[in-house]
Amino acid sequence: MDIGEYLRQEVMPTPFCKGCGHGILMHAILVAIDELGIDFGNMLFVSGIGCAAWIPSPHFAADTLHTTHGRPIAFATGAKLFNPELDVVVISGDGDLVSIGGNHLIHAVRRDLDVTVIMANNRVYGMTGGQLASTTPHDRITATTPGGNPERDFDTCRLVLACGAGYAARYSVAEPVNLRRVIKNALQHKGFSFVEAMTICPTQYGRMNKMPVPSQMIEELKSLCISGTRAQVMAGDAPEGKVYVGEFI
Amino acid sequence: MNDEKKKVKPTGRMMDGNTACVEGALRAGCNFYAGYPITPSSEIMNLMARRMPSAGGVFIQMEDEIASIAAVIGASWAGARAVTATSGPGLTLMLENIGYALATETPCVIIDVQRCGPSTGQATRPGQGDVMQVRFGASGDYETIALAPWSVQEVYEMTGRAFSLAERYRMPVFLLTDELLAHLREVVDLDTDVEIVERPEVHGVPPFGDTRTNAPTPMPRFGTGEKLLVTGSAHDEWGYRRTTDPAVQRRLTERIASKVIKDRVELAEVEEFHTDDAEVILVSFGFSARSSHAAMRLARDAGMKAGLLRLKALWPFPREAVRRLGSSAERLVVVEMNRGMLRREVERVASCPVQGVHKTEGEPIHPREILDVIQQR
Repeated sequence: MDIGEYLRQEVMPTPFCKGCGHGILMHAILVAIDELGIDFGNMLFVSGIGCAAWIPSPHFAADTLHTTHGRPIAFATGAKLFNPELDVVVISGDGDLVSIGGNHLIHAVRRDLDVTVIMANNRVYGMTGGQLASTTPHDRITATTPGGNPERDFDTCRLVLACGAGYAARYSVAEPVNLRRVIKNALQHKGFSFVEAMTICPTQYGRMNKMPVPSQMIEELKSLCISGTRAQVMAGDAPEGKVYVGEFI
Repeated sequence: MNDEKKKVKPTGRMMDGNTACVEGALRAGCNFYAGYPITPSSEIMNLMARRMPSAGGVFIQMEDEIASIAAVIGASWAGARAVTATSGPGLTLMLENIGYALATETPCVIIDVQRCGPSTGQATRPGQGDVMQVRFGASGDYETIALAPWSVQEVYEMTGRAFSLAERYRMPVFLLTDELLAHLREVVDLDTDVEIVERPEVHGVPPFGDTRTNAPTPMPRFGTGEKLLVTGSAHDEWGYRRTTDPAVQRRLTERIASKVIKDRVELAEVEEFHTDDAEVILVSFGFSARSSHAAMRLARDAGMKAGLLRLKALWPFPREAVRRLGSSAERLVVVEMNRGMLRREVERVASCPVQGVHKTEGEPIHPREILDVIQQR
């Protein structure tokens, strides 16, 4: 099917900044759904607050629930438990899912809630003006860490694996084919599944970290991501400045 | 007459207020409960955990109160008649999502078993300090419906009523009880009428209302091919986010308020005792209204013309009744387990002097304390 048919054409084009990675992720999700032949009319997309939450709402021509900041997984829990027939997918950002909403994330994993969570990780608070996220790497500049981030960042895949996730995967928007492949596998997984899509925010993160041109950020993602296994992710032994990508099952 | 006497009510059962909440909810067709334990409401959750599966519904203990109300709202959009129960501090955590339910016109019921606060306060002791929290706790402009039972029987009936109001007005409805009512045991007649408002299956109708009348439209449901757009951001009648259009925000704010204001007189239920000739009228709600009723009787026995106005709903506030009695009586005395939340509202509309009996020490108000104020000249 033409991917455009999954979108509400009346709201296009998207409000995303030039060079934003969310368009690549949006495309990967829709192609994955199309290739699997999932009934789009039976899908519910739940999102929180932030740029990534706008990927499904209002663009996807399916049921969408655009919730409060950090809480999409909790809303999704109620909808899925009451109507298990719904195919429920949570799409939101790193700030939404692992900072303010981190508690709901770990509990959904623990419950093995049968939903797929797709986290767009741009490593910064984009919508509010480039503030520090719990996924911002050490030493990186943000609006609230002008001298560099003094803290460590979360490896969210490692977090959900430690909580017992049956399926976790991570790829960047610089590898859209792999990203699409793991989204398909996540959607087919029975029980909780998690996909972290490393993405780019040239407007905020890029400008503050000497990568104002989107292609520079794509190049950074390519050099940042190295192939890894579940055991390697759980050991947390990635070399300084590198991130393991792959299917961690 | 003899036949009447022979009739034994088979449904009369001794139970406490928290149990009556569960029975009332299930009777009203409740089929989803999400919650988090908090004293003095926890027995509601414990009983729901046992009863809900056999009633064909879903029970889940969430990780906190924020998640509980979120799950309730998500379930409501999936088609559930959903409820949660909590107490003051838990309600505080729920407020943002209650605002979301108001903005998205989501039917659900929130039972608040009030305890003595602020903060952790005295968890096992009664209070009535959430009067304003349920009215103004969430951000922005809106109206709320808050019911306030005074007996276990009424807890049972009003829980059911809360569900029908939630469906009819498509909004969260509060049931305000307190620790005393929660653990008070009385005989309850379970065989009472409960109105069950069905959700008709509709297709192609704007989910957020008729733009001309502002009347609530039937609650739609996920998974029916409606491609629903639900958002807490300002939205038009189809749910499209419109966050810079003044007309869209004005319509939304107007809409969620006007549906309650329109029926304010009907919703603001009261019960009056001896108000016809009363010189001093007590104004109270919940358990404090029981103390007030006892005080009124003591005063009458002593030859004083005392009456009682009992609020069965706090919000919308029964302005008309208070104004009328404020002009017929010499004094109004507001009785409540807080420092004057309801009194402030009464003062706003009453033309006569208004006094208060307020207690915030985790103890019920004794009728003699009220009698003392009635006797003051």
